[in-house]
Amino acid sequence: MSGTTVLIVDDSSVMRKIVERALRQAGLNLEKVVEAGSGREGLDALEREPVGLIVSDINMPNMDGLEFLRQIQSRGLAQGVPVVMITTESGEEHVREALAAGAQGYIRKPFTPDQVRERVLPLLVPA
Amino acid sequence: MSQGTAVAVGKPVNVARFEEYLDRATNEVFSTMMGVGCAPAPGEPAMGGESISAVIGLAGALSGSLVLYTSSEAAMRMAEKMTGIAPEEVDEMVRDAIGEVCNMVAGAWKGFDPSLASGCLLSTPTVVAGTSYELFSQKAPIRILRRYLFETLTFTVTITCEPQG
Repeated sequence: MSGTTVLIVDDSSVMRKIVERALRQAGLNLEKVVEAGSGREGLDALEREPVGLIVSDINMPNMDGLEFLRQIQSRGLAQGVPVVMITTESGEEHVREALAAGAQGYIRKPFTPDQVRERVLPLLVPA
Repeated sequence: MSQGTAVAVGKPVNVARFEEYLDRATNEVFSTMMGVGCAPAPGEPAMGGESISAVIGLAGALSGSLVLYTSSEAAMRMAEKMTGIAPEEVDEMVRDAIGEVCNMVAGAWKGFDPSLASGCLLSTPTVVAGTSYELFSQKAPIRILRRYLFETLTFTVTITCEPQG
């Protein structure tokens, strides 16, 4: 069975690696990991190649995660691709805003692989 | 018992609760992301030598900053525990890791208070490293200074802020 190509968007390269490791520890079969350091870079990546999962931070310079989500929607990029936000912001308003912008999942930092498994894997189950 | 210093002038703020939230937040970040406990430590923070400071700005319900100050040795150990890679010097990875630790501590800290969780916004972290620098913050009615111990290493977290509105 082929794996999933994931786009990880975070201005911290350390956090991108930690997210990748958490996804692997959660049991996700990753075929390829595409990294982006901002929402703008994330859009460029999506223009270049299809992905099966998007994991994005919210609080980033050069286009934050919420604007990145809105741009994905308005440009019709990555239609049907699950988007999970991983962020330090835990307020209900932030969660609602992310879901309204098109996210399907929300994980608060710091996180465990179990939390990643619970929030991400159900989104990847084929319909 | 409080092991840090806290000063509140003006609007009534439960500073002890802020300290408790900070202790819980710091331990949560270390235990979850590094697999080590982290607890308040008595004594004054050791200053001098090569160090790293990460600064997060607070806006909205609170105006101010949260600063994580650590020796290079402790910073490199934190980065190693987070990434599994042992750095040989304070490099981009170490600075990035300390910025993220500061970011997560700030997020977890405000997340314990429902009004701050939504009402207080965080900036992206700024990291300063070296042997000769000083950080200045505006005078604010609330100042919390906590020193923490993980493994055999210490670091401090300082919150300087003023309630808004």
